[in-house]
Amino acid sequence: MNSSIILSVTTFVYGLTAFLYIFAWVFRKPFSARLANAAALVGFGGNTLGIILRWVESYQLNIGHAPLSNLYESLVFFSWTIIVLYLFIELKYKNRTIGIIVSPIAFLALAYASLSPNINDAIQPLLPALKSNWLIAHVVTCFIGYAAFAIAFGISLMYLVKQKDPDQSNSLVSHFPALQVLDELTHQMVMFGFLFLSIGIITGAVWANSAWGRYWGWDPKETWSLITWFVYATLLHARLMRGWHGRRIALLSIIGFGAVLFTYFSVNYLPGLHSYGAMSK
Amino acid sequence: MKKEGSSPLYNSIWQFFSSVKLTVFVLLALAVTSIIGTLIPQNASPAEYVRAFGEFYYRIFFVLDIFDMYHAWWFQLLIILLVFNIVVCSIDRLTATWKIIFVKEPVFNVSRFRRTSDQESLTVQQEAKTLEAVCSSLMAKNFSYSRTETVDRGICIFGEKGRWTRLGVYTVHLSVVLLLLGGLIGSMFGFEGFVNIAEGETVGSIRLRSNNSVYPLHFEVRCDDFNITFYDSGMPSEYRSRLTVLEKGQPVYQKDIIVNDPLRYRGINLFQSSYGTLPPRQITLNIESNASGMRYRKTVVFGQTIELPENLGTFTLNDFQSAYTFRGQNIGDVFLGTLLQNSNTPVSLVLPVRFPVFDKMRKGDAVLSVAEYQQRYYTGLQVTKDPGVWVVYIGFILMIAGCFVTFFMSHQSLCIEIQSAGSESRITVSGVANKNKLAVMKKVKKIAETLRQLTENSEIQ
Repeated sequence: MNSSIILSVTTFVYGLTAFLYIFAWVFRKPFSARLANAAALVGFGGNTLGIILRWVESYQLNIGHAPLSNLYESLVFFSWTIIVLYLFIELKYKNRTIGIIVSPIAFLALAYASLSPNINDAIQPLLPALKSNWLIAHVVTCFIGYAAFAIAFGISLMYLVKQKDPDQSNSLVSHFPALQVLDELTHQMVMFGFLFLSIGIITGAVWANSAWGRYWGWDPKETWSLITWFVYATLLHARLMRGWHGRRIALLSIIGFGAVLFTYFSVNYLPGLHSYGAMSK
Repeated sequence: MKKEGSSPLYNSIWQFFSSVKLTVFVLLALAVTSIIGTLIPQNASPAEYVRAFGEFYYRIFFVLDIFDMYHAWWFQLLIILLVFNIVVCSIDRLTATWKIIFVKEPVFNVSRFRRTSDQESLTVQQEAKTLEAVCSSLMAKNFSYSRTETVDRGICIFGEKGRWTRLGVYTVHLSVVLLLLGGLIGSMFGFEGFVNIAEGETVGSIRLRSNNSVYPLHFEVRCDDFNITFYDSGMPSEYRSRLTVLEKGQPVYQKDIIVNDPLRYRGINLFQSSYGTLPPRQITLNIESNASGMRYRKTVVFGQTIELPENLGTFTLNDFQSAYTFRGQNIGDVFLGTLLQNSNTPVSLVLPVRFPVFDKMRKGDAVLSVAEYQQRYYTGLQVTKDPGVWVVYIGFILMIAGCFVTFFMSHQSLCIEIQSAGSESRITVSGVANKNKLAVMKKVKKIAETLRQLTENSEIQ
């Protein structure tokens, strides 16, 4: 049994989770939703075990380090954070329809990590630049932020779909949480994500200062994280100070997540210092 | 905030800078323009830009400072606009909330509590007087400030906490200003430079990145040793330089630096950033004579000419090159020398380190190869001084703390209103908050539940 196999199995569990959530929603089978929740828990367990095992395996290879050092490992951690946050929301808001959009995101992230031929899943030793205690703090906080924004994005999509159908003629959409709840949840997730994105950028800056002697260098990835920060800062100010709600907030949250994706994957196309997060050539 | 008696111009300028519309505009403008610099590589050579964009667009981009856009006047102007906006907005709103935050006796408005939907009511078989004691001790336990007041319908016990959390948002704004201030201090009083030090050598100055000028340090740095270690896969594992700081020729401080662990001395930081190889001072040659089959070893210093055995001539060591290309192939590090045999014309020799039999191809009277040499490295150091970094770090801490307080804490006020109706009393718990209504709703439910239990228990007694 090794981490790669466990994580591959977890991918399929997440796929099943997404399928069950959507099935329960379309055919209105509460039992299927409970199954979906159970599958999400199993997936979460597998994902956790996969991460821990990979950590242990790296020590067995004598190159021990936290499994947060390349694109594969970051995607695995990304889907883990999404599922953790989602399970928390489901528990708190007692609504399982959000799962129809969030669980596919977790599934896609892990499927991309496991199945894409461009992503190397071998455990590699750390480059000298990555050997720092800031690695864990920086990557973990960034990805908690990304996961919160991913969920906010999913909820915003649901908001826009539900808003298109104000008289509840479509019975599928009527099972979404109320518009107010979706709006409030987006806001909550964005605040949570914004705090962690800020901490992520800050820990990255402190790390850069101890590795290269400068806390900010307008490296493309740095700049994109700042662009993301600007977009969500705009959202928060528009909402709290200008009273923006609903549709416009949902749109900003979707644009914000676009910036998150670009921050995450742009290293593949733009030159810069974050190349260890890129695909192996 | 309109100032009485100030000029209309002042007022309109103040209003312009205190508008949230400006905030939204500046934030989005910064976001959109920042994209440019991530798509067009910054600070490359003009020739590369001309090749990529053509002469015409190169000129346009050049005029707009696109090639160093984060330091362009228009980008800096956006940042200055943001700072003005933040400062003016904060002053504008803080003058209004200041009186709310720093008040000795907070004012509670009963009708506000009666209006809110966040309330719970219960009826108990107890007199108001006994309930008052229970409620006020409960309030005092849960809130930093509490007070009992007599109102038209009975008694109200007010409690509140988190008044100070209203300052959270101003803390975040202050942190942004500190970050930019720290950046400004750094760019005015700091520098960024680099220096290469060969093993065993000492330097007293560095080169600045901004204008490539020489910048003298107030001390000297010696590189005692440089080492690279590799993983089994051949990937580099560690770059390590042993550095000694000298003052007036005397060693005062020594440290091994690696990436992520710099040397800091008198406000100047030295970071491991690159390395390279240097030609060794001397090498040992293998000379194999074809006539006798004998092997000889000879040491030769750069630029020196040595006599080869068996009358094979003289050899001069001229040069060292890394990544030498031979018939289109990179054959790695090579030594270049000249062989002069008797009165023949001199022959240029290429002696690759990795291929000892290479010289056989020459079909001469002897085969020369490099037997051994001491590899010399230089360490490449990034040298910085940034007196603004502490201002930035304080900004970082304030930003995290401020965001947390702003997003997840609130100024909560609770009111327990007790109305007597004969032997019964009616208790209403209600709460208001400046934000995060969910939390205050929970608090109301919790207090009401505790009261229910407390009053039930006392009944049994």
